[in-house]
Amino acid sequence: MSVRRLSPNQPASFAFQPETLEKAKWWIAKFPAGRQQSAVIPILWLIQKQDGWVSEPAIRTVAEMLGMARIRVLEVATFYTMFMLEPVGSVALVQVCGTTPCQLRGSESLMAVCKRRIGAKDHLSADGKFYWQEVECLGACANAPMAAINDYYYEDLTPESFEALLDDFAAGKAPAPGSAMKRQGSAPEGGPLTLSDPSLYDGSAAQPKALPNAAPKAAEPETTA
Amino acid sequence: MVGILEDKDRIFTNLYGLHDFGLEGAKRRGAWNGVRDILSQTPEWICDQVKNSGLRGRGGAGFGTGLKWTFMPKQESERPHFLVVNADESEPGTCKDREILRNDPHLLIEGCMIASYAIRAHACYIYIRGEYVFERERLEAAIKQAYEARLIGKDNVHGWDFDLYVTHGGGAYICGDETALMESLEGKKGQPRLKPPFPAGAGIYGCPTTINNVETIATVGSILRRGAEWFAGFGRPNNTGTKLMAISGHVNRPCVVEETMSIPLRQLLEEHCGGIRGGWGNLKAIIPGGSSVPMITAEMAETALMDFDSLREMRSGLGTAAVIVMDKDADIVKSIARLSYFYKHESCGQCTPCREGTGWMWRVMERMVTGEADMAEIDMLLDVASQVEGHTICGLGDAAAWPIQGLFRHFRHEVEDRITQYRAGRPHVQGATLVAAE
Repeated sequence: MSVRRLSPNQPASFAFQPETLEKAKWWIAKFPAGRQQSAVIPILWLIQKQDGWVSEPAIRTVAEMLGMARIRVLEVATFYTMFMLEPVGSVALVQVCGTTPCQLRGSESLMAVCKRRIGAKDHLSADGKFYWQEVECLGACANAPMAAINDYYYEDLTPESFEALLDDFAAGKAPAPGSAMKRQGSAPEGGPLTLSDPSLYDGSAAQPKALPNAAPKAAEPETTA
Repeated sequence: MVGILEDKDRIFTNLYGLHDFGLEGAKRRGAWNGVRDILSQTPEWICDQVKNSGLRGRGGAGFGTGLKWTFMPKQESERPHFLVVNADESEPGTCKDREILRNDPHLLIEGCMIASYAIRAHACYIYIRGEYVFERERLEAAIKQAYEARLIGKDNVHGWDFDLYVTHGGGAYICGDETALMESLEGKKGQPRLKPPFPAGAGIYGCPTTINNVETIATVGSILRRGAEWFAGFGRPNNTGTKLMAISGHVNRPCVVEETMSIPLRQLLEEHCGGIRGGWGNLKAIIPGGSSVPMITAEMAETALMDFDSLREMRSGLGTAAVIVMDKDADIVKSIARLSYFYKHESCGQCTPCREGTGWMWRVMERMVTGEADMAEIDMLLDVASQVEGHTICGLGDAAAWPIQGLFRHFRHEVEDRITQYRAGRPHVQGATLVAAE
């Protein structure tokens, strides 16, 4: 388990911005009536997008909104590690994957870059612009090592390309996510070795064809005409 | 040609995102073709076809998909049925569902529609891991297209009312367990539930629920369109079909690729990934199915086939077919210690053996890395691992124990060497080590 507690420094209040509130209502509408609690994770996430982190007043507001006990929302906010419980860097939240597949391909050197440029992990940088964490497997292992910066994945990193990325963020730019060595998705480096048959893409697969093994006559025909 | 599978037999034809992920592009590649014919058959017919194809769940456990669907009640009652798609892909090494979600989402949506009909559900939730922000945006966009084209929704062209919703998690590995996922979907901490009741009896909101992996569901449409025999023609009996395999670690070109089941592991690595870094002789060990399965040695990898049975005979498993390769430069003890840290971090804290055991095992493993341990601690560690294994509600306890057991099964001598080397050169007086270390 990871021990996570609320920050000792909390703002006095929390207020939804109109667009966040609208989005929150859209999430609630996805679930059956009376099951609005299901929207708690997405709504906490929206709050994090709005404020950068999840504060204690925000937790109370969500509890009220969804008709939940406060402790239940607090449980969710502290259980799920994506919720930041203290303010993060104003420019970038850098999450370097440190689990074995990334470790094997050099994530430790990326974390050394973070340590040097930003400081200790799980702390704001001195200028308040950056915040970095080591996170567990982000599910992009074929493109290891990688880091998620402000939600998007930057893959196939080297210490040099990672440093260049951080420079870009520091300069106020928003570098395009994806592979730093310009790989096509998760295809092998140098280009895909498969999926080169043009007949896959010429529309022939969309031609009507008889359903194999179809039952002679459907027992419960669905009539929609 | 590389590998065994030919391009014409590939299901995920936009795996690398070279083509349009949207509805137009997906339709050109064959998605949604014939879905109306499929839905004019009975749900039993669909379950039978899927059973005949031999499709086994692609999320790791490998349970027969068609059989799972038949566990759902045959009649709808006042409790509606639900389909839940497990897109909480978090197993270290696994990055296959991500490619489907961002590059071929319509295959998934089509599969959701068909599977929902087969289990008599009118609503489906796709639970995607929170970190997949881009993938979620892609999926939402594709679902919007499907609604607009009236392929899904109320009064759609297929004649089976069907609503599809995306929801997301908050970065908890444990929510990949189906019962923890249901808890999370209901807005609670993701702590697994005891079974029974099984989800088919009481799942989300206490209603009958079927949970399947993304890849499983995304495969169904193609299986029915092309025929169960086509799918069953790949791989060995009981291990049929095609499978997305993700290769990471010390290969020359890591990648995700669709291959036939039962492809020799060596062929997979040599042909698709350009071989092991430094040549096959430089291979040390392979974790063949995601972090939870025990590792196999280079000698075993010579003959291993990528399927459930072959890897089980080697006391490992296919899992999610996420191959993590470690060459001789890798510190395998450290790699496994890092996995132990992962499980310690991700334990939900519900069952004592796992909550306490994962942390304990990680701390001992860290000392094994440096060699600062006692020989007797190896057996103690294995003893604790076996006490965690099988004594928890969900499989996380097992998953935490297996990598450690696998390491010591094959490389115990290496750890012993480390301990010996650490001891060598230090004073042999008890208590002196502490002084010497300062």
